[in-house]
Amino acid sequence: MEKDPPKILVFSTEKISDPALDLAGLMKLHYPPTVHAVVVPCSSSVRPSWIMHAFECGFAGVFIAADGSDCPYGETCIEKTAKIVERTHVMMREKGIPTENLKMAAVCSVCAELFVNQMRLFAGELADKTTNAT
Amino acid sequence: MIKEPNFTGKRIGVYICQCGSNISDYVDVEKVREEISRGKGVSLAKITMFACADSAQKEIVADIQNEPLDAIVVASCSPKLHLNTFRGVAERGGLNPYNYVQVNIREQDSWAHSDKPAQATLKAIHLIRAGIAKVSLSEPLTPMTIPAENSVAIVGAGVAGMRAAIELADLGVNVHLIEREHFVGGRVAQWGKMSMTNQTGEEIITELYHEVKKRESIRVYTGANIIASKGSIGNFNIQVKIQPRYVEPPCDPESFKKAIEACPVEVDDEFNFNLTKRKAIFFNYRSEFPAMPVVDMAACTRCEECLKYCHGIRLDQQYRIIEIHVGSIFLATGFNPYEPKKGEFGYQEHPNVITFQQLKRLLDLTKGEFRFRGKKIERVAFIYCVGSRQIDGENKYCARYCCTSAIHAAIQLRQELKVPFIYHINKGIRTYGKQEILYEQSSTSGDVYLQFVEDDPPVVEVLNNPIKVTVNDLLTAHMEVTVTTDLVVLITGMVPRVNTELISILKVPLGKDHFYNEIHPKLRPVETMIDGLVIAGCCQGPRNIAESASSALAAVSKVYSILNKGEIKLEPTLAIVNPAACEWCGKCLEACPFDAIERIETEKVPVARIIESNCKGCGMCTPVCPTEAIDIKGYTNPEVRSMIEAMSG
Repeated sequence: MEKDPPKILVFSTEKISDPALDLAGLMKLHYPPTVHAVVVPCSSSVRPSWIMHAFECGFAGVFIAADGSDCPYGETCIEKTAKIVERTHVMMREKGIPTENLKMAAVCSVCAELFVNQMRLFAGELADKTTNAT
Repeated sequence: MIKEPNFTGKRIGVYICQCGSNISDYVDVEKVREEISRGKGVSLAKITMFACADSAQKEIVADIQNEPLDAIVVASCSPKLHLNTFRGVAERGGLNPYNYVQVNIREQDSWAHSDKPAQATLKAIHLIRAGIAKVSLSEPLTPMTIPAENSVAIVGAGVAGMRAAIELADLGVNVHLIEREHFVGGRVAQWGKMSMTNQTGEEIITELYHEVKKRESIRVYTGANIIASKGSIGNFNIQVKIQPRYVEPPCDPESFKKAIEACPVEVDDEFNFNLTKRKAIFFNYRSEFPAMPVVDMAACTRCEECLKYCHGIRLDQQYRIIEIHVGSIFLATGFNPYEPKKGEFGYQEHPNVITFQQLKRLLDLTKGEFRFRGKKIERVAFIYCVGSRQIDGENKYCARYCCTSAIHAAIQLRQELKVPFIYHINKGIRTYGKQEILYEQSSTSGDVYLQFVEDDPPVVEVLNNPIKVTVNDLLTAHMEVTVTTDLVVLITGMVPRVNTELISILKVPLGKDHFYNEIHPKLRPVETMIDGLVIAGCCQGPRNIAESASSALAAVSKVYSILNKGEIKLEPTLAIVNPAACEWCGKCLEACPFDAIERIETEKVPVARIIESNCKGCGMCTPVCPTEAIDIKGYTNPEVRSMIEAMSG
């Protein structure tokens, strides 16, 4: 029986990256169905505690589909989101979670293929880790 | 195992849409319904063919009233399509519209996983459970209603700004038209003859200015800058600093003319891109508006020669600051032409290497034979995309107008000034739409087109006269072609105008190209994340005049839709502080880009308070709070955590 791909939680943003996820579906671009998205207003509004909670709940990976330079709230979003990742990495190390299990990439509103490729790649990396660990 | 959302006592109705068969072809909706209906708090779970259909909407309204329901979840298409539809359904049923959650099981499930129906079905269950978890914790929210001042501040009196001012005035809106320069017209005033109509910039500006002056509800301020702004959509209080003109009526045009002639000072004329000189008291051109010269006090020696001819000159005039109250701010601040670096294609190394903007002024000033620096010009080479479409540089964008405008200028050179040899050294001509006619006209009248690629640009040899330009021509299989020319014109594109102070005062969001940034380039192209602040014309990115006017009219309709009801409803998904948890560290204040947080004291304890009229609900303040005392309504900590739990399955 085919093993389920690892679970990935995506934080997508209401105005920028979530439309790319919609577009991926519209284009029938397939990615692992174990990818689930929570919509937030801006990638710099993601709390490190939410990311840690996702790991605690059994998600193998967390992906922040960031606004990047397209953020309608301003340029500081990039720096602020990077700091969130940095702070979460510290928390992950303390809990013994590999920092590679949290990824971030800027996903623009039409970056459907980029998002799908990221998900396939990330799921593959997480699956490889699981296989190697066992 | 599928985790259940926490039971909060709400009676929830869940509607699973088949979307014809868009969802049900891949998601086993009956299995989803069975799983969902077993959840705590779920009073009913129904499958609908089309949830958005009138009949389905009526059924949901009836269910809300008859069951009765406290909240609803609709699992269907993307919320971007029907969020407001179902909020309306909730409202018609008597629910608060924020006690409704839409779950996307089409774009982000059935379509994305059409190759794996069983897993798509499981994902639908997880997503709907997350929606139930969220709606279980959702609070009823009420949009704030605030009064809206029926007036607008338009910043920039170029084509876009004046066009918008006229339309808004005709719609009954009071307009404050604020222009930084002492004359209206912006860049278009410098443009001479233009494609496709051959109208001059001067003619267009004159026509617009006369229309502006016919309308009493438009007030024009020149030499004026916004220096402070408080408030938000519906009620902005703006301070405008008006620089002295040092000239005031009454004084007749003949006296002005004599005063200008009498001025002994000569400085480079920026209006003509330093090709000519002007006096310290000046007009940019004869019929400029407002029809009063201005004194350049940085250049004036206060010799007072001008005072002998014109009694309207007031060298002791002071600046003044006025306050205006507006409901919306409309930015049409334009662009700057790209200024080549020294040595870029020979610029500033040979005086006969000039920019396109300089050529346009030369064309406008030339009467009769085309001469430059005293010599007749018979050969002109245009080098395209200077400062645009840079793969390695900052300006990666195409400046849009330049190909057409340059070819139009070439036609003018050939037809009116009888220049026989014209070379277009380009990276691919982009005379899109109807403008292609000009390309055809130029190509068939003898102009030579040579094409280069980004990593093999033309080489301009400036050491000898005449100038030589060598290009490996893509169109002749990279044959090396050298042209000798009397004049090299660098076709320079548009860059963002430097408006550091204005950007800082109004918190204008910038894009990666440093032009003003809209919310969405396709769906909300003239709005910014600052509610009530709209953008139009070239401040948003390169455009030609027709496109600038179109975007101005789009922004007019947006402003009017904001102001015409007299009041504005604001999204209530804003930040909220739990004062009991706040220990005031100031981090939220630092993180907020919109000045929406202030420090207050409650019972002598400092805590953060949200200034709701400034808050945009971005949530940047929430992750930095060490005590998790700030939330965003609609995206609260408990809501998101419970969604994560439900999705984890």
